[in-house]
Amino acid sequence: MASEDLVGELPAPSSTRRIILNALLSSSALAFLATVVYPVIRYIIPPPGAESDTNSVVAGKVKDFPANTGKVFRFGSKPALLVNGPDGRLRAVSAVCTHLQCTVQYRPDLEQIWCACHNGRFDLNGRNVAGPPPRPLEVFDVTVRGDDVIVSRKA
Amino acid sequence: MIRRSYRKSLGVGLREILAVSVAVAVCTWGSAVLGEDSCVTCHAALPDALGAPVEAEKAGVHAAAGITCADCHGGDPTDEGPTAMEPEKGFVGKPSHAGTPKFCGRCHSNRAYMRQRKPELSTDQEDTYYTSVHGKRLRQGDERVAVCTSCHGIHGILPVSNAKSPVYPLNVARTCARCHADPAYMAPYKIPTNQFAQYQQSVHAEILFGRRDLSAPTCNDCHGNHGAYPPGATSVAAVCGQCHAVNMDLFVASPHKKAFDQLGLPECVTCHGNHSIQRTSDEMAGTSGVAVCITCHTEGSTGYKGAAEIGKTLSELASLLSEAKQQVSLAERAGMETLDARYLLQEANEALVQSRNLVHSSDPEQVKKAAAEGQKKAATALEDATTAIEEVSKRKRMLAIPLSLIGLLILLLYLKLRQIEGAQRGLAS
Amino acid sequence: MRRVINWFDDRLHISALIDFLSHKSVPTHHHSIWYYFGGVSLLLFVVQIFTGLLLLFYYRPGPDSAFESIQFLMARVPFGWLVRSVHSWGANLMVLAVFIHMFSVFFMKAYRPPNELTWMSGFVLLGLSMAFGFSGYLLPWNELAFFATKVGTDIVGAVPVIGHWILMLLRGGEDVSGTTIGRFFGIHVALLPLFTGAVLFFHLALIQRHGITPPISKVGQPSPSLPFYPNFMIRETMVWLAVIGVLITLSTFLPWELGLKADPFKPAPAGIHPEWYFTFMSQTLKYLPPSILGFEGEQVGIIGFGVAGFLLFLTPLLDWQAKRGNDSRFFTAAGVFALAYVAVLTSLAYLKPY
Repeated sequence: MASEDLVGELPAPSSTRRIILNALLSSSALAFLATVVYPVIRYIIPPPGAESDTNSVVAGKVKDFPANTGKVFRFGSKPALLVNGPDGRLRAVSAVCTHLQCTVQYRPDLEQIWCACHNGRFDLNGRNVAGPPPRPLEVFDVTVRGDDVIVSRKA
Repeated sequence: MIRRSYRKSLGVGLREILAVSVAVAVCTWGSAVLGEDSCVTCHAALPDALGAPVEAEKAGVHAAAGITCADCHGGDPTDEGPTAMEPEKGFVGKPSHAGTPKFCGRCHSNRAYMRQRKPELSTDQEDTYYTSVHGKRLRQGDERVAVCTSCHGIHGILPVSNAKSPVYPLNVARTCARCHADPAYMAPYKIPTNQFAQYQQSVHAEILFGRRDLSAPTCNDCHGNHGAYPPGATSVAAVCGQCHAVNMDLFVASPHKKAFDQLGLPECVTCHGNHSIQRTSDEMAGTSGVAVCITCHTEGSTGYKGAAEIGKTLSELASLLSEAKQQVSLAERAGMETLDARYLLQEANEALVQSRNLVHSSDPEQVKKAAAEGQKKAATALEDATTAIEEVSKRKRMLAIPLSLIGLLILLLYLKLRQIEGAQRGLAS
Repeated sequence: MRRVINWFDDRLHISALIDFLSHKSVPTHHHSIWYYFGGVSLLLFVVQIFTGLLLLFYYRPGPDSAFESIQFLMARVPFGWLVRSVHSWGANLMVLAVFIHMFSVFFMKAYRPPNELTWMSGFVLLGLSMAFGFSGYLLPWNELAFFATKVGTDIVGAVPVIGHWILMLLRGGEDVSGTTIGRFFGIHVALLPLFTGAVLFFHLALIQRHGITPPISKVGQPSPSLPFYPNFMIRETMVWLAVIGVLITLSTFLPWELGLKADPFKPAPAGIHPEWYFTFMSQTLKYLPPSILGFEGEQVGIIGFGVAGFLLFLTPLLDWQAKRGNDSRFFTAAGVFALAYVAVLTSLAYLKPY
């Protein structure tokens, strides 16, 4: 404390009391400072699993998707479906059925995207072709970077 | 001879004769000089029913395809006088009511012709028509039943995809209702006329008219169009199953199928009704007041117990899910992360949809199994959200640390101040 | 230890500063408590700079990332909720402290010569604080902020002649959009801090120059005073600590909600309101008839507030009595009226939102 000099010149009523008070003051000031510094340090350290980008996700490795298969993966808070069509082309759509929000899947036998809840069917471009779904599925972009298959929302 | 037939068919007066004479004069000039279709030039100048088709036909699909009056009605459009309409020139005039299907069928049932002009259109309408109740009665000489023109219109026929067409999905019900909702007109047939009124109250109509979602069914989606026929009791599920396929499969495999057939109950309609079909609710299954199960299953029976179980399972899952949804959005508004919980809710919702489907299996075990999955997911989501919200109150307890330090510091500073000011006073005195 | 202190002191002349400060004094009287609010405003400004800097670590402006980054900050970053909450509450408390500071100076007539420029710079600081609040409100890009900004900039747009031009300048287009976030962000974190820093320095330098002014009623009386250092400073530190306590308690018990992400195409939800310190103005505009003496009611209201603000700014030049050391009853009455007006209209805005 910078007040020492000034206070020091004054005749103190009790030197020990003064020293104890100063010690208490500086230690609790330090403790208070710590309660400020601790959250700040915790705050500036980036949390594990840096910001989940809600606009793109790694759906898996290329080898996870043989031709004529599909795999449901998580995209933010919703499931999405990556399909490697019979033509060997990767396509990704939202796996949330536009009818009653069930999760759709790829049916290799139909070569279509199929919803188990009400037999809704979509083609590989997400277009509703049969059953109750009123709208096509949202279509995502697929890019392959190295081994990773990256699915991203259309800009 | 021609003149007489004219007068006979139309009962024309002097005024009309005058008009016709003027028209003939005008059209003679028109077709001679401009080389126009004499049907159009002459009829355009004629009043009422004889002139109206000229304008009306222009808007239609036939005019757009270059089909002329003579293509349907015969006659010679290059002849400028009334002689154009001599039977020798192929003139057929206006078809009779009973002759209409054949009249249209000259082209529409001609596969070779249609393939050239409009290959995507089928050519079985006339054949199918005669399998319908309308067609059958027409053959029996009933002139009051619907023929092609009753539904499609006459001149200026529009394609089904045109929103103004009377057979556009949004207009079909009203078109059928022109006859079927008219008690006086339907009286001789002794069939109800309230179908249209009932349909308008239904969930199908709500989706079709309310949301303008054309995938929702209207009259012809269940009854057929050209081959319109009421579905029999044992084929109801097949009709509904066109769209509600999963429910149909479950129903057909269930013990209800056989029982209903034996009792002559009309399958889906027994529980859901027909024209006035309503949005289903979880209360429809079970043993509550609005439950449909208790119309047959009396208290104490196995069926009654099963119904009670199914109803309870559904309502429990539905209420747990809605509770979880609320809690999750509460946590979300408070700024907590809810990605996991949202994903679980999505899965739980799917389980609820599946369990609702499985009601049609009439098997409480299947329903319970599907619902249990959803219960688990919804409960986890609820727990996650609750933990997230509790986290907020944990923060409140943590606040005690800095607050007590602040209190202590203020107290110590106060003591320090007293000490300093005491010393200052001592110095001053 | 003493050698180290002396080494620094030789170079920094801290003891000279302390000497200067201990010779400064603060008048003591039964209105002394108001002297703390200037310091409280300063403390809260520092807190805002500090927490604002921390928020910059994670905030990403833009319509697709602003809300998401705040969501991430609050849910995943340790103490992120606290930093954001303290920043939001701190902003509100700061405006409140600035208001109290201004009214106390007004009623003490402490703007009298030679403090005219101190008052005027203080008025500018009030305006800057409100601009901080207005621009910061939009940044989380939630529903409430979006529509409040829409309405707020609409009002700016109703200013005669230059209104539409300013509106376009603020929004970066005809509508509140992603572009607006960019502009508001730039204004909030660069433009305003720069201006405020300069004006604040000027304001504080003037106070050092002229000392602390006693209330006009005490002029000519011998008045007791307190050394600024250490007596007033320890007291001020105690007040500051208490304010920090209140701030973190509010932030923890009433954490600032994130709300729902803004959707420009959704109709405005019920209960849209600006920050409370704007409500007395927005509420007034609501009560004005559509047309006053042939002018658009809203425009009359806006011009009215503009004139009132300008008069407030010029108060030291207008108050002739104060210049001569007399307490003007007229100005006291005007101040009471203004305070009552703000209080009544603000409470009306919260009690009768529609």
